[in-house]
Amino acid sequence: MNWSEFFNMGGYAFYVWTSYGLMLLLLVANIVSPMWQRKKIIARIKRAIKREAIVGAKT
Amino acid sequence: MLKAYYYLLMRDLRLAFRSRHELANPLIFFVLVVTLFPLAVSPTTEALRTMAPGVIWVSALLAVLLSLDRLFKQDFEDGSLDQLMLSPNPLVVLVLAKVTAHWFLTGLPLVLIAPLLGLFMALPDESVEVLVYSLLLGTPVLSLIGAIGVSLTVAVNRGGVLLSLIVLPLYIPVLIFGANAVDVAMDGLPVRGQLFFLAAVLALALSLAPLATAVALRITASR
Amino acid sequence: MFKAIWRWIQRFSSPKYFYEMSARLIPWFAVSALIIGVYGLYLGLFKAPPDYQQGESYRIIFIHVPAAWMSLFVYMVMAISAGIGIIWQIRLADMVAAASAPIGASFAFLALVTGSLWGKPMWGTYWVWDARLTSELILLFLYFGYMALQSAIEDQRSADRASGLLAIVGVVNIPIIHYSVEWWNTLHQGATVAKFDKPSMHIDMLIPLLLMALAFKLFYFAMVLVRTRNEALYRDRNRRWVRELITGL
Repeated sequence: MNWSEFFNMGGYAFYVWTSYGLMLLLLVANIVSPMWQRKKIIARIKRAIKREAIVGAKT
Repeated sequence: MLKAYYYLLMRDLRLAFRSRHELANPLIFFVLVVTLFPLAVSPTTEALRTMAPGVIWVSALLAVLLSLDRLFKQDFEDGSLDQLMLSPNPLVVLVLAKVTAHWFLTGLPLVLIAPLLGLFMALPDESVEVLVYSLLLGTPVLSLIGAIGVSLTVAVNRGGVLLSLIVLPLYIPVLIFGANAVDVAMDGLPVRGQLFFLAAVLALALSLAPLATAVALRITASR
Repeated sequence: MFKAIWRWIQRFSSPKYFYEMSARLIPWFAVSALIIGVYGLYLGLFKAPPDYQQGESYRIIFIHVPAAWMSLFVYMVMAISAGIGIIWQIRLADMVAAASAPIGASFAFLALVTGSLWGKPMWGTYWVWDARLTSELILLFLYFGYMALQSAIEDQRSADRASGLLAIVGVVNIPIIHYSVEWWNTLHQGATVAKFDKPSMHIDMLIPLLLMALAFKLFYFAMVLVRTRNEALYRDRNRRWVRELITGL
């Protein structure tokens, strides 16, 4: 079996590779999105800490 | 306990009859939606008969869905829901009373008007009978499951779409078996299996849904 | 005795303890998911022989079937942990339930789309009201309902408990829905030409299928831990352990 035959998937290339591509896409999205979420949450807590420090210093 | 059930049921019915025009709304909606289909699709007897079971059942489902709001909304807003929860009677019984009242006010009228819609949709007589039975068994389930949905969403602003998103998937089994019973009856085939299934679902919903609704109300009230 | 167990559970289910422990667990799950997944893909794409009826297109099943299994499995996990959260008031269980929903929904979505991509060459159309696809679609709606309710209620605790109850109601309903859809489908036969699940699957096809299922499961475990960590950070944002952790970063 050579590579072009492999990629052709017996004429079903579009269906097979779209499926595998979509799987990859969803897996990556599932990995990346909580990482972004984490960054956002940490940034938010840092801001809160800063704000409270300023408020605390004033009073 | 029975007394509490009876009093709450009567109270809800009396309150509803005070605003009679509102009472008729789900019913009119039901007839109106069914009327749209011959206009939108085709008024030939054949076409009507193919779509009749589905159309009538889906319309009944939507009519119940739209009326679910009044199950707890009013009580939630004027605070009588909190009063109910403070009462010494088990909340499950009170929930059951409210659901019964809701069914008397929406489900039962739908069942009663169904023969007229059967006429509109050119259903043969024997399937009209089955339609009435299937609605009789199915609409209480719609009220019972709907009660869980409303009690989870009463406190949410603009919870209407959310309510349908939550409740409609749970209605699917009732829809499948209800509509199919009518469909099969048209061919003169036995429908006992379908009706038994609906009865079984009703029994299950009757025993579990009030419990879930009571828990849901407690969750909503604890906010 | 009972009290001791209870105290033990509470200690180990505290978000702080979980946050520290999970950091050590995640790499194990992630790496094993990657290794098993790559091996499964290799077997599935290169080693498994073409199907005598469906040719090469059946290779989609290596994604579709595990994704469908996972969508159901994740819903179960979600409902069980939501139940634990409601009954024993363990906050960590609520977090796990909330963290599971988006992952489970994406598995359901993946199963739906791959099912329809598999169906196109088999049925000649992308969508057929096949029992499995229909059930999967309803399951996706159940996930959407859960997530919509979760995000509609502002107060975190009641959002957890309300959506958790919905997940439990959904679990009671899933068998009924599944049975009725299956029954409905047999009435309207003719639509389905071929079924997904074949009674006798060749062992060379079965092994990559099971490997992929295992890889998906490990991936879920890794990701649910990552997401639960986020939930823990966010929900405890005003508590001391999070503050100390963030200032130490």
